Amino acid sequence: MLGPSGSGKTTCLMMLAGFETATYGEIRLGGKPINNIPPHKRGIGMVFQNYALFPHMTVGENLSFPLEVRGIEKAERKKKVTNALDMVQMSEFIGRRPAQLSGGQQQRIALARSLVFEPELVLMDEPLGALDKQLREHMQYEIKHIHEQLGVTVVYVTHDQSEALTMSDRVAVFDDGRIQQLATPADLYERPENAFVAQFIGENNRFKTEIIEVKNDKVLARTATGSILSARKVNCGEVGTTSTLSIRPERVSVGLKGENTTKAKVLELIYLGDHIRCRMSVEEDNEFIVKVPNSLNHTHLEVGEETTVSWSSEDCRALDNGD
Amino acid sequence: MGLASGMESTKDNHNNVVITSDGIPLKKKLAKSLFQSRLRAFGLVAPLLLLILFAFVIPILIFLSRGVYNNTFERHMINLTPLISSWDSNSEPTEAMFEALVLDLKAGKKSKKIGKVATRVNRELSGTRSLFTSSARKAKKLKAPFKDSLIKANKKWDNLEVWRAMKLTSISVTPAFLASALDMKYNADGTFERKPEERRIHLQLFLRTLEISLIVVLAGLFLGYPIAYLLASLPVRTSNLLLILVLLPFWTSLLVRTTAWIAMLQGQGVLNDLSVVFGLATDEDRFSLIYNKTGTLISMTHILLPFMILPLYSVMKTIPPSYVRAAKSMGATNWTAFWRIYFPQTIPGIGAGGILVFILAISFYITPALIGGQDGTMISNFIDFHMRKTLNWSLAAAMGGVLLVLVLFLYWIYDRVVGIDNMKLG
Amino acid sequence: MKIKVLILSAVSSIALAASAAADSITVVSWGGAYTKSQVEAYHKPWASSTGNAVVSEDYSGGLAEVRAQVEAGSVTWDVVDVELSDAIVGCDEGLLEEIDSSMLPAAPDGTPATEDFMDGALNECAVGNIVWSTLYAYDKTKFDTAPTTMADFFDLEKFPGKRGMRKVAKNMLEMALMGDGVPSSEVYDVMNTPEGIDRAFAKLDTIKDSVVWWEAGAQPPQLLADGEVSMTITWNGRIFNAIASEGQPFGLVWDGQIYDLDLFVIPKGSPNKDAAMDFVKFATATKPLADQASWIPYGPVRASSIPLIGTFHSDASLQMIDHMPTTAEALKNGVQNDYMFWADNGEELNERFNAWLAK
Repeated sequence: MLGPSGSGKTTCLMMLAGFETATYGEIRLGGKPINNIPPHKRGIGMVFQNYALFPHMTVGENLSFPLEVRGIEKAERKKKVTNALDMVQMSEFIGRRPAQLSGGQQQRIALARSLVFEPELVLMDEPLGALDKQLREHMQYEIKHIHEQLGVTVVYVTHDQSEALTMSDRVAVFDDGRIQQLATPADLYERPENAFVAQFIGENNRFKTEIIEVKNDKVLARTATGSILSARKVNCGEVGTTSTLSIRPERVSVGLKGENTTKAKVLELIYLGDHIRCRMSVEEDNEFIVKVPNSLNHTHLEVGEETTVSWSSEDCRALDNGD
Repeated sequence: MGLASGMESTKDNHNNVVITSDGIPLKKKLAKSLFQSRLRAFGLVAPLLLLILFAFVIPILIFLSRGVYNNTFERHMINLTPLISSWDSNSEPTEAMFEALVLDLKAGKKSKKIGKVATRVNRELSGTRSLFTSSARKAKKLKAPFKDSLIKANKKWDNLEVWRAMKLTSISVTPAFLASALDMKYNADGTFERKPEERRIHLQLFLRTLEISLIVVLAGLFLGYPIAYLLASLPVRTSNLLLILVLLPFWTSLLVRTTAWIAMLQGQGVLNDLSVVFGLATDEDRFSLIYNKTGTLISMTHILLPFMILPLYSVMKTIPPSYVRAAKSMGATNWTAFWRIYFPQTIPGIGAGGILVFILAISFYITPALIGGQDGTMISNFIDFHMRKTLNWSLAAAMGGVLLVLVLFLYWIYDRVVGIDNMKLG
Repeated sequence: MKIKVLILSAVSSIALAASAAADSITVVSWGGAYTKSQVEAYHKPWASSTGNAVVSEDYSGGLAEVRAQVEAGSVTWDVVDVELSDAIVGCDEGLLEEIDSSMLPAAPDGTPATEDFMDGALNECAVGNIVWSTLYAYDKTKFDTAPTTMADFFDLEKFPGKRGMRKVAKNMLEMALMGDGVPSSEVYDVMNTPEGIDRAFAKLDTIKDSVVWWEAGAQPPQLLADGEVSMTITWNGRIFNAIASEGQPFGLVWDGQIYDLDLFVIPKGSPNKDAAMDFVKFATATKPLADQASWIPYGPVRASSIPLIGTFHSDASLQMIDHMPTTAEALKNGVQNDYMFWADNGEELNERFNAWLAK
């Protein structure tokens, strides 16, 4: 689950866990409705933002707690705790208290604890939010590996899109309390269904246009300066309504003629190694970004140079008005 | 460490000492600046330290010393003291001793200090007060041989018990008051014995004081825990309002609150009237809720409740709700989540509130004095009784000393069982 | 109270600065109706005749404050109204200034002061002013037949209801013995034997469960008025005021009463010793003592004051002389408190009394 803060993702997670009551609708887990099952009977594992490791218990006791309350025998408990700790490579810390561990170590223990009783579903509420960037990336892979290894379903809440794209099979983009799009990371990027998703996931260039013609899955739209652009019809209205056209920066070519060609003026060039990031003025938009690949015979641009940009109408998506 | 090793590399090659730019060894300079900052810190706390020392520690020590030191006899009976301290407690007092006694009685009459001596000896042997004061009035007219004339003036002087009591009081550093505070009697021959049964009271009072304090702590915990939990889990706006209600009693004086309980609990009071209305008691046979232990317990629990609630509240406030949620997500029932996860984390608050209430309760004074009646009074009421009524400050000091030792002992036990660092006021 | 006193002394010290001749003295007494009677009969007339100011302060008896002031060398009280036993002990311990009784004014008929005062009212350090009594009072509405003897106080069957008693051994033991049939004249003889003390405690045992213990003098009338007790030991002045001023339906039983003296003393080192002496001399003259008796029925200690006693200040139909502890009827089975006995045995008996209470 991905979305800006206040978009409702944590509330949704709490409803799954049973700590918030759903006022409308039904929650099903494996086909069974769970609305009226109290949290402790749902069998859902959970990792909290601040880890919620019990400070008065050792690591071992923390892990053994969910097994104890399930009435699992001592020997069995010990085995499971050891396995879970092995999985996160924390076996030697079994006798420590949470306060004696670093943030990353606590995170691993919290992870192990949520998995130790083999739940059907594990909920994670921004579990890596408190870690530094390097550790966070490392843990992202680790969680992903454990997930692949155990095959357990994980519902993961984050506000960090790269984290979401890295880790997920499917991402639900939240805004304003609604799921804007539920799709694979590739689909989200390649085929955003509305202006919010397009803008929230990755970089994109946008034009406010008016639809002047709709033909099958194509539309023609007029920009504020009067240029007519063609685009793929995704989520726009009828003729006469406004629509946001969205083009990814790397799908724009410079200097060449194409389906949609328009004038541009180079405002800024940033050398980034693998590509050159170019800020241009296009259709009165001074924030139009183009990524020029740093290939052997790429176009050489100068600041202030006037040129043209073009793109395929397949890559230009006509979306809702974006307000 | 990094700094030190950095310095290491700039060591002067010739004498191996790090020199600062003005030629003073670094170590010396560091020590100097450290000393200066410590001095400044000390200067800041010095006024408070001095205040505590002179207004709190020293007076307490001086007062406690009265519990083992009383030189009334030695100071005012200068002639008799050396003679009686070498007396064997069994042989007949000699003429020299009688002569010294008469000299001292005369001097005591003149300096008007004989009353003090009389009071002091009377504490060891009841009924001797008037012996000293009346004999002192006659002392001027007494002639040698003093033994006969003094015994003629009052035949009690012939009683060896009187002399033994004097010998006992002539020793200024004495365990007699401490013994008395523990219902024992210190004899002239250096032995201790328990007081006769009808005069034993202090041990019972110490026990009752402990009992009342413990019950108040437990009752406060029982009543305060849910309130603190409610306060900690409500939204801040509401909990602040409720917190004001908890603190409201602090805005009225202790005396007013205690008096209010009298109106509530007395025989013709609100609670009893209600009981009669609802048929729980008859008009003739009302509940005795006041002037006894029940009354003391009820009102002390009420008065000390905020001291239990506040530390509990501040500790509970710091426990994020995610702990209980985590426990529930792992399959713990509400009760297990509370008992295994929430409750252990509130122990520092329970410890702090418990110690606070216990220490306040053990020295509670006004409330038991007003509504304690016959079996609801506590040790501090007796310390006050000896301070203000019998003027036996030495006994009061000894009792205060015993109470202090008792509290320190309990504190030590608490430290061993719960751990003093496992206590948090917020 | 303290603040009020401070303000009063501040005001009077300003007054002092204004007229250097005037003195201000602090007179300490027991508060309530008693202090009021003294203010009316002593303080006001003395202040207006000398131009000095009097600051009135309350205390609850005992020598603790006097002792603390004298030993600390900062005496702020100039005249204190104390019980006889405290006057004797304070004098013996050197806490009080000596007062030469020959300087006291003679009676109007010329009888010298030393003969005019009753026994015990004059000693080296103190001058008596009143005779007061410890006795018991009852709520008339609670009984059909009025109790008449000390024995009735201990008879829970004939006179049911709770009893109020003072939480000290002094006088409670005497009353227990008189309630047990010991004539007032023999009480202290019996008390001087260990068996006598046992007998007194045994008698107290019989009503222990029905006793409400009080400590301050203002409590007993309140306990009666609230219906907390049906009978209570009290001081006669307090209960008289409840009857005369508030119209309470209380009765007094003089049988078994124990009377005692209150005296004026001057703490040693009083900064206004001369003015304090003058105040004592003034207050214990025949007329002021008699005047005081029209505010509260505490009898004057001067024989010459007795004929001058008038009526209650707010009710001319109440002849105060009838309510004094020193009338023939009141003295029929009454006894004077033996201060010597209590000075010698008070501590031991209080210790036993407290142990008995706590049992």
